[in-house]
Amino acid sequence: MREVVTVTPCEDGPLLLRGPFELLTQSGERIDAGRATVALCRCGLSSVKPYCDGSHKTAGFRATSEPEPPA
Amino acid sequence: MRLPPPRGPLTEALFDRLAGSPGADRLDAAVTTGGLDDDDVQLALFACYELHYQGFEGVDERWEWDPALLGLRAELERCFEWSLAAAVPRPGGLEPAGLRAALTALACPEEEPLLPLFLQREASLEHFREFVIHRSIYHLKEADPHTWAVPRLTGVPKAALVEIQSDEYGGGRPERMHSELFRATLRGLGLDDSYGAYLHRVPGVTLAISNVMSLFGLHRRWRGALLGHLAALEMTSSLPNRRYAAGLRRLGAGPRTVRFYDEHVQADAVHEQIAVNDLCGAFATAFPPYTGDIVYGAACALELERRWAEHVMGRWQRGAPSLRARPVPA
Repeated sequence: MREVVTVTPCEDGPLLLRGPFELLTQSGERIDAGRATVALCRCGLSSVKPYCDGSHKTAGFRATSEPEPPA
Repeated sequence: MRLPPPRGPLTEALFDRLAGSPGADRLDAAVTTGGLDDDDVQLALFACYELHYQGFEGVDERWEWDPALLGLRAELERCFEWSLAAAVPRPGGLEPAGLRAALTALACPEEEPLLPLFLQREASLEHFREFVIHRSIYHLKEADPHTWAVPRLTGVPKAALVEIQSDEYGGGRPERMHSELFRATLRGLGLDDSYGAYLHRVPGVTLAISNVMSLFGLHRRWRGALLGHLAALEMTSSLPNRRYAAGLRRLGAGPRTVRFYDEHVQADAVHEQIAVNDLCGAFATAFPPYTGDIVYGAACALELERRWAEHVMGRWQRGAPSLRARPVPA
């Protein structure tokens, strides 16, 4: 089975990354994710970006898991 | 870990028997109250459960499955379940589609709990040490009680639980195991990092937090509640842990001491999503009648945590310690 990276937008929450992903800075340096599955901030409020720290909950961030239909 | 000093007639009778060999008479003990903060009941139950984890030095390992001991444990559990039922309303008529909203409503109250804010902004080092001592009862066996669910699940929920637990256990790197990170926190605060070192110092209200996990974990019929319990822990973890980390830094703790809390901010932001969606959500979809159990398990976790925090803050507000006094040397 070919291993792919998956990105799951979580309802009202972060983006969940699974699989053989690599996180890189814009200058190409590797960011140590420290775990097999990571949650990337989607609300913009995390204090540990690029990771999620749960801030979306207190901020009342809303987003669907499915793509939003065109307005 | 050694058996702690008894705290009443139940633990006196139980610990006396555990010092000997299993297999003789019934373990007669009148379990009349099952209070969620009853020192004697909670310690007796904790000791019965601990035989399934690391056990006690000098206690025959055969006690784990001794029928007399299991009979006593069943009595203690009956009382514990009654007390939980009296304290935590059972959700009725829940459909799997409503699970996420029900869990979110429970785990994200309007008002933020006081204890994390106090630890972040005001607590002294001594307060923090007390907090960590309470938490050591669970954190030194962190993730273990929920691992009991693995062989009871299949498919998506099983994979989800293993995904969470693998991270809890360091993803194959022992130094990253959450229980090991917590030992570094204990050492950094000048505390004993050995398993169960502070069992004798924590009150029943702290032991109940661990006991409910073992109750749900050791009984297959409670597997829905166990999953909900885990979801509640994960859903209420990232934000308080950020505050605990900030509090420790304010008190001058170094990175190794704080790492356990930093790690939980990120780890539990991941685990929360997996627990709610892939673990509880998929389990409820596969077994709709268990939806209420999932929410009940989450509510039990949060209620016991609330009672514990109320005890700790109540004592601290009166300028009193939240731990039991050190036993007087004989």
